[in-house]
Amino acid sequence: MPDQLIFAMEVVANGLMTGVMYALVALGFVLIYKASGIFNYAQGVMALFAAMTLVGIQEGRVPFAHLINATFGTEIHHLPWHSVPALLAIALTVLVMIGLAWFVQKVVFHHLVGQEPIILFMATIGLAYFLEGVADLMWGSEIRTLDIGLPQGINTIIDETTFNWFGYGFFIDNLDIVAAIVAAVLVAGLVAFAQYTKQGRAMRAVADDHQAALSVGISLNFVWILVWSLAGFVALVAGTMWGAKSGVQFSLSLIALKALPVLMLGGFTSIPGAIVGGLIIGVGEALFEFIVSSNDIFGAVFGFTLNATENWFAYVLALIFLVFRPQGLFGEKIIERV
Amino acid sequence: MKKLTTMVMAGVMASGPALADLVIPDLSYRTGAYAAGGIPFSDGYQDYFNMLNQRDGGVGGEMFRIIECETAYNTERGVECYEATKGEGALVYQPLSTGITYQLIPRATADGIPLHTMGYGRTSAANGEIFSNVFNYPANYWDGASVIINALLDENDGSLEGQKIVLLYHNSAYGREPIRTLEVLSEQHGFELVQLAVDHPGQEQGNQWLTIRRERPDYVIMWGWGVMNQVAVQEAANIRFPMENFIGNWWAGAEHDVIPAGDAANGYRALNMNGLGDMPVFADIQTHVHDAGLAAGDGSNLGSVLYTRGMYAAMLAAEAIRVAQEMHGVAAITPAMMRDGMEALEMTAARMEELGAPGIGPEFSVSCSDHGGTGMAAMQQWNASEQEWVTLTDFIAPDDAVTQPLIEEDSAMFAAENGIEARDCAM
Amino acid sequence: MFYREAGDFKTSYAADNQTFPIAFDRYRYYFVLFIAIAVIPFVVNEYWANALLLPFLIYAIAAIGLNILTGYCGQVSLGTGGFMAVGAYATYKLMTAFPGLDMVTITFLSGFITAGVGVLFGLPSLRIKGFYLAVATLAAQFFLVWLFNRVPWFYNYSASGQINAPERTMFGLAVTGPNAEVWVKYLFCLFFVILLAWVARNLTRGTVGRQWMAIRDMDIAAEIIGVNPLKAKLTAFAISSFYVGISGALLFSVFLGAVEVGEAFGITKSFLVLFMVIIGGLGSIFGSFAGAAFLVLLPVALKVLGVDTLGWPTDIVAHFQLVIVGGLIIFFLIVEPHGLAQLWRLAKEKLRLWPFPH
Repeated sequence: MPDQLIFAMEVVANGLMTGVMYALVALGFVLIYKASGIFNYAQGVMALFAAMTLVGIQEGRVPFAHLINATFGTEIHHLPWHSVPALLAIALTVLVMIGLAWFVQKVVFHHLVGQEPIILFMATIGLAYFLEGVADLMWGSEIRTLDIGLPQGINTIIDETTFNWFGYGFFIDNLDIVAAIVAAVLVAGLVAFAQYTKQGRAMRAVADDHQAALSVGISLNFVWILVWSLAGFVALVAGTMWGAKSGVQFSLSLIALKALPVLMLGGFTSIPGAIVGGLIIGVGEALFEFIVSSNDIFGAVFGFTLNATENWFAYVLALIFLVFRPQGLFGEKIIERV
Repeated sequence: MKKLTTMVMAGVMASGPALADLVIPDLSYRTGAYAAGGIPFSDGYQDYFNMLNQRDGGVGGEMFRIIECETAYNTERGVECYEATKGEGALVYQPLSTGITYQLIPRATADGIPLHTMGYGRTSAANGEIFSNVFNYPANYWDGASVIINALLDENDGSLEGQKIVLLYHNSAYGREPIRTLEVLSEQHGFELVQLAVDHPGQEQGNQWLTIRRERPDYVIMWGWGVMNQVAVQEAANIRFPMENFIGNWWAGAEHDVIPAGDAANGYRALNMNGLGDMPVFADIQTHVHDAGLAAGDGSNLGSVLYTRGMYAAMLAAEAIRVAQEMHGVAAITPAMMRDGMEALEMTAARMEELGAPGIGPEFSVSCSDHGGTGMAAMQQWNASEQEWVTLTDFIAPDDAVTQPLIEEDSAMFAAENGIEARDCAM
Repeated sequence: MFYREAGDFKTSYAADNQTFPIAFDRYRYYFVLFIAIAVIPFVVNEYWANALLLPFLIYAIAAIGLNILTGYCGQVSLGTGGFMAVGAYATYKLMTAFPGLDMVTITFLSGFITAGVGVLFGLPSLRIKGFYLAVATLAAQFFLVWLFNRVPWFYNYSASGQINAPERTMFGLAVTGPNAEVWVKYLFCLFFVILLAWVARNLTRGTVGRQWMAIRDMDIAAEIIGVNPLKAKLTAFAISSFYVGISGALLFSVFLGAVEVGEAFGITKSFLVLFMVIIGGLGSIFGSFAGAAFLVLLPVALKVLGVDTLGWPTDIVAHFQLVIVGGLIIFFLIVEPHGLAQLWRLAKEKLRLWPFPH
């Protein structure tokens, strides 16, 4: 049994790391929901779009090459240069994401001000399809390798330290550690931005009360473009971290589904909620899977084991929390009046 | 509004003239979660037929007409594609999806159109007495599982006693296929089998690989497809699992599966049912198709693993057409003749040499009762510095004594459930 | 000119309350029914039935079901795919366990089983609301799919976990299996569509429907005027799941014939049906049909136009398809947030006054 305990500790440590990765995706949702009441289903596709754009720019690909070649019978694939420095490519991608935010606000949500939340939600689903199609048309649907020099593989220091302590070396992926640091910096940056800059304060004012913010001269339009840009930036970070793990391809957009239980748990309106929710979900699902798939624990009691439970357990866990706290752990209390 | 659209579309559909060609539908998927595997296969499949058109004027004087239809790996789109193309006189279907295959087995059988599910689909379709119109030569999943174990037996001086082998599988019909075979084999050879499922799409395998790290298996066998492969290779590298002990099946052994992991993927092994390398047929495709600007896709996949497999599939179809033409003495064959041709197909080393593809596959012949070929497959290994797959072994034979009873059992169950009478192949 | 109520006098409450109070509407409805029942079965070919009509009819049932829950009762659900899977697997188990049972009974039984499961997953709706509920229904979606994937009993221990619909006949004609004639399949589905649409229409304008709508518009207010939220919400979940279950049963047994749960009833299916409801129009039976027709026809129409007519590569067409579907969803929402049904209503309003609008 002590063995199992040590293993469980390793599982928890890794669950925390996975939780950070979930929280990274969930952050983007929270930003937009808080400021505009839009539940942005397209966040996952934005991560895919950002990662594809980053790789595309880095490799010097011509956007829409396949379409151009098919239409005009040309044979272009690459720009004259074949690699762009990672930092420059990231900067360019950020610009693209800001452009996207402007486009989304101007073309879509500008026309949907004041609509019911479900309509806005639907619009983001439409946007998800649209962006996915555009991303495929721009960069093609093959797998791309994202390489901006992030470390990967087992962290030897943790491995050796824990080996000395327990006689069993824990596995922690270097990439996950980087992701955790990046997430911490990101959250600190976002909080600082919201607290100490004029634009950040405007953003908080809008999140509090649209009408009041409007009446003191804050441009809603500007704030919304700002939060979509920020969400785009968060999507880029999330897309980069996940893309480094698996290569950049279609399935990246499905990470949105991993963020939904996190949001339910943490509340749609709370940044700390996204982080805590992510950690709880990450640990919860990893631990549950560890217990029910283990022959020595679950199997010893029930005589059978279960596996591949991650997909639904996160939702069920969130559901159980919600029954007791319908607005999520950190969500604003829902007050209903007739 | 619906009726109007209906009429417009009926007009559009009727306007395409029906030509007396050899119609080959290509149910491809160039979008969606599995596009990375679908694109090279479809490129190879189409390029080969186009090459025959350009170089030889088709087969037996009849030109090929390829109808590509995008399924996005979705069964309902697959059904739509099937229904849309079968009226054109489609000779053979190659859907490259286990889900779509299961849809098409009853439909194609009722319509009398042969189905070639090359190394995928329903394994027990190898029993031609039950599945008259379905062919899965040259190899099927149960053969694949047996080949891997045979190869491992070879490396371990004939005994896997006491070894621990993990099966990491895609949690779908496809991924579950090898389980039964491996269970039988584990009893027979005394190794311990640990099964780990990965849910679609397989973006996350942290827990599975932690388990593998704890269990310290001697080998990990993977039945994966799509993003699951890339993530698994990366995770294996992360936990420093010895890559040469990590073995994929033939759908988990393409370039795009290992390239994202970079140098860390070096040494990863996988099965392959087709040979690789510099074959004369590639030069013909280059001159007659790619240089003529007729390449399917962007032409960048020539010679890759899945491209070669797609081309091999096309080659087997073209050969079956040739056989059918000889058998029936007509050039414009029907799907029923095509079926006869596939059933009488014989691939010899000499013939493969003639076709410009020496060693592309094992020698095999198809018969009325055996639609599955020999089931032989080769082991290949990834060389990260050269960025290429290296074929390690000759084609290795599976253990028919294990797979054959399983095939009999599963096909008998299918026949009973669906009220199918076994054909008498002795006649 | 034809479309007006002038001269169409009602002399009883029943006549005044009928579904189609305008004579022209009524005749059009009978005409559509006549075409659907007496003309289409004789002219339909395999492509039209298998690629368009069957999916349209089957998705229309699912859309009506979800519309009852989301459009009438205001509970957003993303668990449709999971509930369809319940219907499909219930049908499979019943078909293989009782080979003698006829398909209509089996399909209805599957509906009832799904209704039971639906009520179970509807319980949290008493506490959880709005988007939180939508995400909570995803728990049903993922759990049910996982369950059917993992427990071999559901797929009769077959090697691959796929389920196949064996051949079953009614009145000596094969309804399921590869040898079933398309017109039989078509009529079989049509029977359910007409029956269920008729029931739904009449439910939604009766007491139950009014309770649902009261809950949708504001549940606290509804509670105060004496609507029991427990009963209203759970009946909505039960009846909605009943419809969705039947749709899943037909999708498996009549249309597809073989199903793999993760692929056929995945999360994308839930979204697809939700799109149908929203594009068609929330809270409208006609909207459910319009939405289903739109989303079944659109991809095929785009494919025919792009690949067969313009000769573009299939992948570019597929990518454009995404762009166009996404663009159209946004366009519709901006132009008419209440869906195709609202456009239809507006058109009818205009027609009533035409040609003298003032």
